Amino acid sequence: MKVSVDEAKCCGAGQCVLLAPEVFDQREDDGIVVLLDETPAEHLHDVVREAASVCPAAAIELSENA
Amino acid sequence: MTSTVNSAAASPAETPEFPMARAAKCPFDPPPALRALQQEGPLTRVRLWDGSTPWLVTRYVEQRTLLADPRVSADITRPGYPSSAPINPEQVGIGFILMDDPEHARLRRMVAAPFTIKRIQAMRPGVQRIVDELIDQMLAGPKPVDLVEAFALPVPSLVICQLLGVPYADHDFFQANSKVMINREATPEERAAASRNLHGYLDNLMGEKLRDPGADLLSGLAERIKAGELTQRDAASMGVLLLIAGHETTANMIALGTLTLLEHPDQLALLRDSDDPKLVAGAVEELLRYLNITHSGRRRVALADIEIAGQVIRAGEGLIFPNDIGNRDPEVFDDPDRLDIQRDARRHVAFGFGVHQCLGQPLARMELQVVYSTLYRRIPTLRLAAELDQIPFKHDAAVYGVYALPVTW
Repeated sequence: MKVSVDEAKCCGAGQCVLLAPEVFDQREDDGIVVLLDETPAEHLHDVVREAASVCPAAAIELSENA
Repeated sequence: MTSTVNSAAASPAETPEFPMARAAKCPFDPPPALRALQQEGPLTRVRLWDGSTPWLVTRYVEQRTLLADPRVSADITRPGYPSSAPINPEQVGIGFILMDDPEHARLRRMVAAPFTIKRIQAMRPGVQRIVDELIDQMLAGPKPVDLVEAFALPVPSLVICQLLGVPYADHDFFQANSKVMINREATPEERAAASRNLHGYLDNLMGEKLRDPGADLLSGLAERIKAGELTQRDAASMGVLLLIAGHETTANMIALGTLTLLEHPDQLALLRDSDDPKLVAGAVEELLRYLNITHSGRRRVALADIEIAGQVIRAGEGLIFPNDIGNRDPEVFDDPDRLDIQRDARRHVAFGFGVHQCLGQPLARMELQVVYSTLYRRIPTLRLAAELDQIPFKHDAAVYGVYALPVTW
């Protein structure tokens, strides 16, 4: 799985950080997403998929065959 | 084949009015008429107070899809916006929740820093202290007691005052004005006066932060004013928005959530007898889903023609998203009218969806986790001191809850 984030779309709701803090963080000054791990380990895939699906701004993209 | 037939325009008498009333005996459930409309289909026309007939979007999938669509605007000043009451032209706006990007994003990002997951987690011990002290005071005082006055309002008010840098001593003033601003039955003049009071108060406070800044959010906005990125008037508007959103919503979730749990003793027992933070966090999500206190529906207007679910929403048509019924969609949540704190409810839309999704949700979650994991364990015999049908529910307010909750132990 390969993860990418779109900082311009992100609205800083923080749901991804809450679900998968190993993969996502937030910039300190404006809460915008910071990607910590663009190829997360397999045991994190489900929670990363959930993070992408609950992201209100569709700012997380996954490519599953990478 | 898409249908462009506007059945509402053809037969105005059949168009249901919105908002709708809850069933008298089911204060925790959305109005039965909303459920009936959801069963009929995802989109339908409703009639508002001004005779306009915007779309009501009742199913979860369509709610999420449209709320996240950039062709859907939150700008209250656009023609076709389905407002819940007359818009008083003299009334000052309440900040970025009624604006579109890019200005919305620019302003929202200015106040986002204190609401990041890490900053909110760092506040947890302080919130725990506030909760414990208020419970100490309740236990030492007379009973029965009104839980709203003694606990549910003070917890989030103290926390948001600290975060913003608003003196808590002024809580009677801002709570009273905030109550009028979100009362659906207040006159436009009353709401405008309450809005002016709060804007005047915050404007004055911004002046103080400009002269004598601290480490709080409003002082951060004062820096932006000095840097020429923000007017003092816009800063005051953002302060009003955050102050209202920061205490009204969580206070209602505390009081109404407690009443809900008292009426569901098996669920309350599960929560009280567990010290698993995951169970507590799950209970918070389920109560957010089940109660969805923002029961007036999120409001938008289409900027372009949008095809969805076999319908065409025309540019300039209004859209209303009652997230309370979206969170009871049986296609998404099994047995949706059952409160089950052990279910996975995390995909609920109680905080909305799209770029306007609640900025303060990490704070709300943390406050509710502290409250729900503390109150019922410290007062295990907590019970209602009135009959359920004597409890004054906030049917007339934009945010649902109870005006008072007499409890004893």
